[in-house]
Amino acid sequence: MRALLRALLLMTLLLCTSAALAQAIEPLPFKDHAEEVRYQHLTAQLRCPMCQNETLADSNAPIARDLRNQIFQLMQHGQTDAQIKQYLVDRYSEFVLYDPPVARNTWLLWFGPLLILLVGAAAVVATIRKRSRSVTPSMSAATPTALDEGDDW
Amino acid sequence: MSRLIPFIGFLLLAGLLGFGIWWNTGHDQTAIPSPLINKPAPDFKLPLLYEPTQTVTRESLLGKAYLLNVFASWCIECGVEHPVLQAAAPTLGVALVGYNYKDAPDDAKAWLATHGNPYSLLMADTSGQTAIDFGVYAAPESFLVDAHGVIRYKHIGPITPEVLDNELKPAIAALPQEPR
Repeated sequence: MRALLRALLLMTLLLCTSAALAQAIEPLPFKDHAEEVRYQHLTAQLRCPMCQNETLADSNAPIARDLRNQIFQLMQHGQTDAQIKQYLVDRYSEFVLYDPPVARNTWLLWFGPLLILLVGAAAVVATIRKRSRSVTPSMSAATPTALDEGDDW
Repeated sequence: MSRLIPFIGFLLLAGLLGFGIWWNTGHDQTAIPSPLINKPAPDFKLPLLYEPTQTVTRESLLGKAYLLNVFASWCIECGVEHPVLQAAAPTLGVALVGYNYKDAPDDAKAWLATHGNPYSLLMADTSGQTAIDFGVYAAPESFLVDAHGVIRYKHIGPITPEVLDNELKPAIAALPQEPR
């Protein structure tokens, strides 16, 4: 009798813990696979405002969970991805977008690397021109000391 | 002269890194500038913590400027800013409105019983749903809302004596004069 009671108690405990575990995962009631894929794709493009190196999809912060739920609700209301992104930008600024839009204040971010590349290319061209000018006459003179000048580093 | 170029390059890099360190010590890199500054506060309807049958809305708070302080009993830094708020509340010049964020009402009440209650009005957002409209992502956060219901200033993180003197008080002083 006592053994039976113990088994029953154990079973109830196990049931309780599995219920708690299921609750912690919080499965969302997607209507089909396409919707789930869209949701995963969208939350992976958005940044958690709290843990700033994680996407909303990855983050376990309470706010990320709330925002994921909110995104799911907005999807149920038929909002497009662009509308949902705008909804979050209106509240949390463009910070939430991992892919910042090309705008006046992001020009430096988008085209800065190109600018640096151009400056570097200009420097290379200038150096090559300078060297070829200083080397050619010395080549004709064929003096070894003049040859060294160009390559000290 | 051309031998100096690598050295100058190094100095420029070192200067850039030094600037980065200096900038980061003075600025909170995790604080996101709110897009709601100088925009009307979002519409909300929240119950009072102590009288849940009564609700507060954006409209019901119009006419007087207030400081909306988002806090929770689970938030450690809220305990850091609480004494500062408590000391400053009587002389702040605006009403201090409490916004209890994602908290069990009993926990919030117990926390306020221990730490004191400086709020002239105290609403509770148990689900945290309204807080999304305010762009709240962590507690504590504070919003300065003027008499017309427009958000004029936001601070993310605890209000320290330095923030109070250097940011909050000037922001309150800069509020347009309220209609009397």
